[in-house]
Amino acid sequence: MKDFILPPKDWDMGTPLPGSDTPVTLKIDGFDITVPSGTSVMRAAMEAGIRIPKLCATDSVQAFGSCRLCLVEIEGRRGTPASCTTPVAQGMEVRTQSDKLHKLRRGVMELYISDHPLDCLTCSANGDCELQDMAGMVGLRDMRYTPGDNHYAPTMAGGLTQSDLRARTPDAATNARYIPKDDSNPYFTYDPAKCIVCSRCVRACEEVQGTFALTIESRGFDSRVSFGAKSDDALHSDCVSCGACVQACPTATLQEKSVAEMGTPDRAVLTTCAYCGVGCSFKAELNGDKLVRMTPYRHGKANRGHSCVKGRFAYGYAEHPDRILNPMIRDTIDDPWREVSWDEAMDFTAKRLTRIRDEYGRKSMGVITSSRCTNEETYLVQKLTRAVFGNNNTDTCARVCHSPTGYGLGQTFGTSAGTQDFDSVEETDIAIVIGANPTDGHPVFASRLRKRLRQGAKLIVIDPRRIDLLSTPHMGEKWHLPLRPGTNVAVVSALAHVIVTEGLADEAFIRTRCDWDEYQSYADFIRDERHSPEATELLTGVPSATLRDAARAFARGGNGAIYYGLGVTEHSQGSTTVMGIANLAMLTGNIGRRGVGVNPLRGQNNVQGSCDMGSFPHELPGYRHVKNPEVRAIFEAAWGVEIDPEPGLRIPNMLDAAVEGTFKALYCQGEDILQSDPDTKHVAAGLAAMDCVIVHDLFLNETANYAHVFLPGSTFLEKDGTFTNAERRINRVREVMKPKNGYADWEVTQRLANALGAGWHYTHPAQIMEEIAATTPGFANVTYDLLEERGSVQWPCNDAAPEGTPLMHVDGFVRGKGRFIVTEYLATDERTGPRFPLLLTTGRILSQYNVGAQTRRTANNVWHAQDELEIHPHDAENRGIREGDWIRLASRSGETTLRATITDRVSPGVVYTTFHHPDTQANVVTTDFSDWATNCPEYKVTAVQVAPSNGPSDWQEDYAAQAAQSRRIIPAAE
Amino acid sequence: MSPEKMVTMANQIATFFASQPGDDQALRTAAHINDFWDPRMRRHLLDHLAAGGEGLKPLVREAQPHIAAPAATA
Repeated sequence: MKDFILPPKDWDMGTPLPGSDTPVTLKIDGFDITVPSGTSVMRAAMEAGIRIPKLCATDSVQAFGSCRLCLVEIEGRRGTPASCTTPVAQGMEVRTQSDKLHKLRRGVMELYISDHPLDCLTCSANGDCELQDMAGMVGLRDMRYTPGDNHYAPTMAGGLTQSDLRARTPDAATNARYIPKDDSNPYFTYDPAKCIVCSRCVRACEEVQGTFALTIESRGFDSRVSFGAKSDDALHSDCVSCGACVQACPTATLQEKSVAEMGTPDRAVLTTCAYCGVGCSFKAELNGDKLVRMTPYRHGKANRGHSCVKGRFAYGYAEHPDRILNPMIRDTIDDPWREVSWDEAMDFTAKRLTRIRDEYGRKSMGVITSSRCTNEETYLVQKLTRAVFGNNNTDTCARVCHSPTGYGLGQTFGTSAGTQDFDSVEETDIAIVIGANPTDGHPVFASRLRKRLRQGAKLIVIDPRRIDLLSTPHMGEKWHLPLRPGTNVAVVSALAHVIVTEGLADEAFIRTRCDWDEYQSYADFIRDERHSPEATELLTGVPSATLRDAARAFARGGNGAIYYGLGVTEHSQGSTTVMGIANLAMLTGNIGRRGVGVNPLRGQNNVQGSCDMGSFPHELPGYRHVKNPEVRAIFEAAWGVEIDPEPGLRIPNMLDAAVEGTFKALYCQGEDILQSDPDTKHVAAGLAAMDCVIVHDLFLNETANYAHVFLPGSTFLEKDGTFTNAERRINRVREVMKPKNGYADWEVTQRLANALGAGWHYTHPAQIMEEIAATTPGFANVTYDLLEERGSVQWPCNDAAPEGTPLMHVDGFVRGKGRFIVTEYLATDERTGPRFPLLLTTGRILSQYNVGAQTRRTANNVWHAQDELEIHPHDAENRGIREGDWIRLASRSGETTLRATITDRVSPGVVYTTFHHPDTQANVVTTDFSDWATNCPEYKVTAVQVAPSNGPSDWQEDYAAQAAQSRRIIPAAE
Repeated sequence: MSPEKMVTMANQIATFFASQPGDDQALRTAAHINDFWDPRMRRHLLDHLAAGGEGLKPLVREAQPHIAAPAATA
């Protein structure tokens, strides 16, 4: 299949598309063009295929009108207005070229170039510089100004190139205006000598990213771009390294270091980011098969041209020397690894699996599918266990993150997915963010939400921590409900109590769209005084007055949208909270149109997809229970096997069964359960009890310490497939380069299946998607051809919705009537007490991703080289802990050590850490309590004690020794 | 799986359904277990119930007749 060809008009249109749809017709250079009212003259010209020279305009930010290069003449108007700031008008006649304009533009350009070094041939932006392009476009042929005050020359000797200057007059007096290059950021440089002060970077930082890290300092000829205070460089400023400024910069001033090193890229392949569930579209820009840079794709429907530090810059792990490229086997986990051929690895594995099946039965084996792999790969892995192993022992990392979303939304709405697309946030008037930290976990969505908050939308944050979203510059009204970890249900029910008892419920919506009898019984339940904010305040810690205000604001506030994350699901009552959230949305009529909805923010790139693809042990693809004979019949016909009607084991059940001796073999693709799953000691014991652990991954991860077979994996850059993001959007992943390990992951799974006699013969993932479409109603019309044509599509995509479904439940719920479910609060069994008086909650940080297997192998470590424990000043002082101290963190499950950081972002009594680093192993501390419905672990609540420490715990030392022992490799003989 | 963990899990499910309106809480508790528990887990639970069901909530005991007994050979 050929690569996706970028649209020939992948032009920067100069100014953003206006929201209006009133048509306006005007003439540009004599050509009629019709555009929406509010469009700039510049954009209208671009739409007509006429490019107007420009420097300070770019379509990701509002027009600014500073460069004066885009001047035009308009019939009947005086002067030469800037086309970027002039809106179109009916009947307007515009001239983009004339002798007068030519002269003016050349004059403007000459002024710009008089303060710009002319070392274009050796400049890192050579060939990719808008200043260079514009100088050409306006026909600049001379520069008549005498060299004088400037910002580009290191010395006062005069001259036009920096190398020339250094060679001729090395000792000349220094130029006080010259600022050397800032290369503190690992990924891009800021070279003030090349800056034309167009402010595109400053505006992108404000308007696109919403961080406001950049500013223009001083005025007139002294104006300079600055990262805040004079002492700040790029790395030590507020900059979050999202790349928006680099993307906006028209010169080499802000540029990727990779381009400076490798040269400008020559070709681009469109693909999808493999980090979080936002699923940003990127252009992988290459020379040959060398990846030069990843740039956000302006037409990407999830990200709309934006990116974060992970997707934009942290792809270097693909080339990291730690990557394992050859299959490896060993008889026991105490042996060193032996590199072998693929054939030998498959033969070894097949024999071992067959022996286990003969000895322990077909239910003694299972798989874990990866939420980082493609839909097609995930589908094959669950097919492996169902069709080849002969059981339903398949699970995925969604077990430990969003399984309660599947259950809760399935019960209430009838479908296991978010209801909106990300564009919907542009019409949200009030947002509830609960148990999520989007600026760190889902940064591109956070930027889109922040944009809306700056336009005046209101925000309610329900979180134990004061997350960064609450300090969005220029935001509207906000409420923070800082609840005690574990009391989500009580808070959500209290919000519903206020809405119902104060008569704020949208009865018209409920009568037409929901089961009225169930609502009546729910309303009776929720009206009870025990759910009132005053009654729940004692246990939740949320001031009742704030909660009442927030509830009223949400019910009365227009379009209300709820966004939530793992702070909701990873609790004993995770599923109950999801149902409570669905109740809130139905109560307020906030379902079925733009700007509203219930939106789970998915942790990994393909969590949605892996769930859709039948990764759960009780469900075949498309969320259909294995007990249903008519569903099994579809797959039995397609696969030619009998499917077990019994649900299989979930991840924690697999580990329990392993310890008990009835579960002996596991094929784990692209997941590191030893580091990411709770109660590390229990996971280790489960893995150690198995006879055949097959790890299929890029690196020797922590789980691989207990593996017998290691199958090297391929990165998202090395294979074709699809990812499905949190909006249900199916996006293409494209093979940018050939797999360094020799095979895409779907090919490896196929080899394993065939070694066991399966007889699969897929030659391209498109064929796997055909099988998915043929068996799964929501995907019926999904084909690679459709994805080529439309870029992406949101499921359901079938005859009823041939172009996909951006908004769900528009005219009715998938299940018919929406169901209100009674949500009784129940305290978790994990309680604080004298020995463990603090509550630990865990999460992510912007620069690292999940277990860190990828991001720790990039320069992102400069921002977060170790996990730290956030602790409130009171709790720290009581314990004699100072900033940066080594501390011991202990729970009933285990203990570890790490450094403390003192902050009032957490409430007294609550501590917080991340789980990105294996040497910290935060999950040694977490317990095996789990969600009642789905066994999703309760990561977010662990009773702990914190005390000063002077070094690693015994567990950490033993673990490090075992890991080192386990990672020995004997290379294959040549 | 340790008996304590199994008892905790079964009790968690029963506690949720006990909070639900209607008179079919035992049926719904059993249905949830039938839908999500692998046969060997159900076998353990039924064995535990047969042995007196120590620690289990009354609703789990009520659900017992509705919990599908797995086939003898897995």
